[in-house]
Amino acid sequence: MNGRSRRMAALIGKEFVQILRDPSSLLIAFVLPVILLFLYGFGVSLDAREIRLGVAVRDAGEEAADLVAAFRASPYFRIEVARDIRPLEAELMAGRLRGLVVIPGDFSRRAGRAGDFAPLQVIADGSETNTANYVQNYAQGVVRDWWNRRLQESGRSFGGPELAPRIWFNPELESRNSLLPGALAIIMAIIGTLLTALVVAREWERGTMEALMATPVAITELLVGKLFPYFVLGMLAMLISVAISVTLFALPFRGSVAALLLSSGAFLLAALGQGLLISSAAKNQFLAAMAALVTGFLPAFLLSGFIFEIASMPPAVRALTHVIPARYLVTNLQTIFLVGDVWSLLLPNVGILLLLAALLFLLTAGKTVKRLR
Amino acid sequence: MVNRILALLVKELLANLRDKRGRLVLIVPPLIQLFIFSFAATQEVKNQTLAILNLDHGRPALALERDFMAAATFGAVLHLRRAEEIPEVIDRQQAIAVLWIPADFSRELEGGGTARAGFILDGRKTNAAQIVQGYAQRILEAYRAEWSGRGQAGGVHLEARNWFNPNLDFRWYTVPSLVCILTTVVGLLVTGLSVAREREMGTFEQLLVSPLRPLEILIGKALPALLIAMVEGALIVLIGVTVLGVPLNGSLPLLFAAMAVFLLAIIGVGLFVSSLSMTQQQAVLGAFLFLVPATILSGFASPIENMPHWLQTLSYGNPLRYFMTISRGIFLKDVSAAVVWAQTWPMAIIACVTLTLATWLFKKRME
Amino acid sequence: MDASALVIENLSYRYDKGAPLALDGLSALIRPGIVTGLVGPDGAGKTTLLRLLTGLLRPTAGSLRVFGLDTRDQAEKLQRLIGYMPQKFGLYEDLSVGQNLRLYADLHDVTGAERQRALARLLAFTGLEPFQDRLAGRLSGGMKQKLGLACALIRKPRLLLLDEPSVGVDPVSRRELWRMVGELVDAETAVIWSTAYLDEAERCREVLLLDGGRLLFSGPPGTLTERVAGRCFQVRGISGDRRRVLARALQQAEVQDGIVQGRDVRIVLRSGQAPPAPEPFAAGAEARLVPVPPRFEDAYVDILGGGPGGVSALAEAMRPLPGEREATVEAAGLSKRFGDFTAVSGIGFSIRRGEIFGLLGPNGAGKSTTFKMLCGLLRPSAGGSRVGGFDLRAAPGKARSHLGYMAQKFSLYGDLSTRQNLEFFAGVYGLAGARRKESVTRMIEIFGLTPHLKASARELPLGFKQRLALACAVMHEPPVLFLDEPTSGVDPLTRREFWTHINGLVERGVTVLVTTHFMDEAEYCDRLGLIYRGRMIACGAPDDLKAQVASAALPDPTLEETFIALLRQWDEGEGAKA
Repeated sequence: MNGRSRRMAALIGKEFVQILRDPSSLLIAFVLPVILLFLYGFGVSLDAREIRLGVAVRDAGEEAADLVAAFRASPYFRIEVARDIRPLEAELMAGRLRGLVVIPGDFSRRAGRAGDFAPLQVIADGSETNTANYVQNYAQGVVRDWWNRRLQESGRSFGGPELAPRIWFNPELESRNSLLPGALAIIMAIIGTLLTALVVAREWERGTMEALMATPVAITELLVGKLFPYFVLGMLAMLISVAISVTLFALPFRGSVAALLLSSGAFLLAALGQGLLISSAAKNQFLAAMAALVTGFLPAFLLSGFIFEIASMPPAVRALTHVIPARYLVTNLQTIFLVGDVWSLLLPNVGILLLLAALLFLLTAGKTVKRLR
Repeated sequence: MVNRILALLVKELLANLRDKRGRLVLIVPPLIQLFIFSFAATQEVKNQTLAILNLDHGRPALALERDFMAAATFGAVLHLRRAEEIPEVIDRQQAIAVLWIPADFSRELEGGGTARAGFILDGRKTNAAQIVQGYAQRILEAYRAEWSGRGQAGGVHLEARNWFNPNLDFRWYTVPSLVCILTTVVGLLVTGLSVAREREMGTFEQLLVSPLRPLEILIGKALPALLIAMVEGALIVLIGVTVLGVPLNGSLPLLFAAMAVFLLAIIGVGLFVSSLSMTQQQAVLGAFLFLVPATILSGFASPIENMPHWLQTLSYGNPLRYFMTISRGIFLKDVSAAVVWAQTWPMAIIACVTLTLATWLFKKRME
Repeated sequence: MDASALVIENLSYRYDKGAPLALDGLSALIRPGIVTGLVGPDGAGKTTLLRLLTGLLRPTAGSLRVFGLDTRDQAEKLQRLIGYMPQKFGLYEDLSVGQNLRLYADLHDVTGAERQRALARLLAFTGLEPFQDRLAGRLSGGMKQKLGLACALIRKPRLLLLDEPSVGVDPVSRRELWRMVGELVDAETAVIWSTAYLDEAERCREVLLLDGGRLLFSGPPGTLTERVAGRCFQVRGISGDRRRVLARALQQAEVQDGIVQGRDVRIVLRSGQAPPAPEPFAAGAEARLVPVPPRFEDAYVDILGGGPGGVSALAEAMRPLPGEREATVEAAGLSKRFGDFTAVSGIGFSIRRGEIFGLLGPNGAGKSTTFKMLCGLLRPSAGGSRVGGFDLRAAPGKARSHLGYMAQKFSLYGDLSTRQNLEFFAGVYGLAGARRKESVTRMIEIFGLTPHLKASARELPLGFKQRLALACAVMHEPPVLFLDEPTSGVDPLTRREFWTHINGLVERGVTVLVTTHFMDEAEYCDRLGLIYRGRMIACGAPDDLKAQVASAALPDPTLEETFIALLRQWDEGEGAKA
């Protein structure tokens, strides 16, 4: 072993010992990912089931009763029926109902008359905006299916145009399947950016950086000495998370391990580069934590397309997402898990991640000369 | 006693606000987050690319194609020539969906049969896929109504209305939620770091040797954080209403009263973390360990009703959950004091628990 | 160009644009083969010079050549030649002793058999062998210092830079450090030792004295000491209070500096003054002035313009405390166990009103634990203590409002301004309204803080930090003062000013408990308690303790020699028992 690699090995070994001794870094590397996965795996789903819906029926007719039965049978709704709309409105106000269906007095009469259109009102609680979208979509689906069934039963069905939707990769539309890969990206962003920025800032605060710098260590060796351990830690956390996702939450894994390692490795390099850049600028822990939060964690959460659709953002924000490493990782992970090795999609993303990483390292190396100032 | 607490309060405020960098850290990141969040955090689906494979040249097929192309959801349309192109387009995420009109579509339709058009969606993005599917169904419904208008089949005329947010503007949803999340971050960080910072600086012993009682120290730490977070909250409300154009229909005093109770609960958590941590690093990471699950379980990104029951039960312990409901309720629905109270008393209980725990731990860790 | 030495030419350094020069046109030559002391008041530029020598800072102007290498562009080569021990020792507190050593061995490319030898040698050399697996953070101050030195010595350096290695370290450890460095120096090696302890500087072969970034003196310490030859005297045979004698002596026009030395008072006359008659000192009929040999410290104070004078404006402004000579601080049977480990066992003493009581002891002996129990920061496992008659556990608020506390690191709020710190501590001690205003204004006047009122406490010069810390501790006029290594790392001038205030306060009836590693400081105490291995092994007036250990071989022991001899005696006694 020559001097250079021995020095790096020593720095790396030191970092591992410190990681193992500090409960808070282990907590972030291994406990937080598990909590996140469990929350996303078990709990959080974007699609609504059993939305509480009020149905105000002012019509005693057979058709109205039939429609109410259709709503009751739908897996999407749990309904509360009343004749009067006012108590239902109060419930909506208090947030106990997410929407109302109003079946007016002449519904059955007009529904039974050929060529006429029966009026029906669907009111959603717009203060829960996404749920409101679902309320409208699902209610429409229930009414459409009900009407088509009636047409068929009465023999009036004439065919006509129909849409046959098919959803690829995720036919049941399990939102967990798209959220878990996103959670992985967040976990790696936290370890790569937040933890790295904090530990370097700590060395400045405790004065150990000064002692290190006065030794023959080169600046690249110092950087590698920080990079490698947290790279390993991040990959380890990622592999554990993947194992939990695949075994416990039945996340499909249709791509190859090689593609997974390549994508997450490239991402981690960029995240670590960001962490190191932050710490070379902010030499105290409080500032480093804030900077890592604002530039690392939040973008990974918000601008990566993991929960919020990038295409729907205003152009300026959309442009900004192009420099957010998490964006490329989320796409790649979702593809690797649900689709497979679509190299023509994965490779350009890996390329961009490596480019971002290289850029960040260049900036860091430019900022960190081996000087105290 | 009042004097001593007052002295502590002034000191904490100064320690946080006197330094320019400290002020920046407290004010700038939340504002950046407010702006980016309120523009970015949208679950609306817009500007999507649709691919169309139309193998039929009949007039009904062209009309259907035209209807889809005219829809506002789809910012761009990609025309395919062969069915073999579909996997490529979907796999590489060049389009979120493909409308596939088979060659016999017009013939079937004009022959009075059922004409099926395929609609293939990318399931990787479940939320977008689901909403696009809804839009597509609506387009088809309209198309069908127009078509059957000639057949006089009748139907249901569905009138969709959204109360409190008629256009389902997502920003109206995000800004009231951000009032909760950003005040949480500020309250948690200010208190979470305060004791740990004094420990690291060595000033903590100085405090302990003074006649200040532990409870007074805690109150002296809690009040400034409450004040700072409230001011921050007020600022966000102000910007949300004036700059971002979110309506504030309800009572402002009610909102701030609830916010104070909420923040006390959060500050209790912050003080607990702070008493537990020996270093600032541990405090930051500890605050994080609370913040991330609390945000996820708040009902912000995904509705609480969709969670399994055990998780819903767990979320009853999360103060964010209640304040989210209150904030959105007051902003958009102008809810009554009774509705606010129903969400406030659980937060008051949580505040009692977290503050008591923090006091207990603080006393225990004094040695 | 001399490649065998360090050549400093016209060196200047400025931290920020617009800031004053931290080093200003410094030229010097530092030779290998000797220890060169680096002394000067706080803010003189000592640390800056050391950092420039490591190549971690780039000179703003001038040049710096170390063994022929320019630090500007040959820093990498240079760093292979130096061992550097920064102020906080540069240790990883969460790594063990062995891990720290092995890390630095790797970083300095010490490998193979050489590495085994180096580690074995250093572990034996520093006596850290039994503690290889202990975390560096759990070591006592003295042991940390040795480990820091070992890490800097891992590859035998040609230039060893030590930045205040003895701050907060007990006299025994300091002696050992000196011995270790002394063994290391050979014709090839240059050692630069920055220190606030002037007895250490006196032992160096050459000294650089910096003040405000400028070089005031360079050469053998003896040369500087000659400045004050014939001007140093001791007032012996004092009856009555020696602190009052000192205060009166310092008021004489002829006297420029003075300190308490046991029962005697040492004074230094202004240049060209004849020794005064002892009468104005009112030291009693027996008192006489005896010429004594000058010390480096006397010359140091002289070249920096003399001592601060004997009048404490603080004490002048304070009302004398009423009351009789009752015991105001009492400790009985204080013990503290951490798990199986007994840190302190059965310590008891009482301090009378107007007395200065000093706690001495090696690092890790239980001194800090005792101190923390006394001010209520730690709950004793057994025993108890009272301050001003109030039990610290039963009535902590009352007891604490009777005491003022000043911690080692001047625990001020760095983000707050000078005035805000004062107002905060006034508020915490329950001063309100007009009383608060009045006492804040008084403190500002007494300590001359006006020019710095708006500055953040963090940015204050060290001397002002210390004044401010003292102001915060005494503004509620406490009858009891607890001082925990109050002048650690502070230069002798500031230390003198500090003790002028303390002496003045004691005059007014304030009771003082102080822990210290400075033997000069211990000399001011009326009584000393020596704590070792968790017990109080000796207690008495400084001169009584000296008398205890005086022998034919050591007829007139210094306090430091006394301290070491007492520890040895106790070790032998215990050894004999076992």
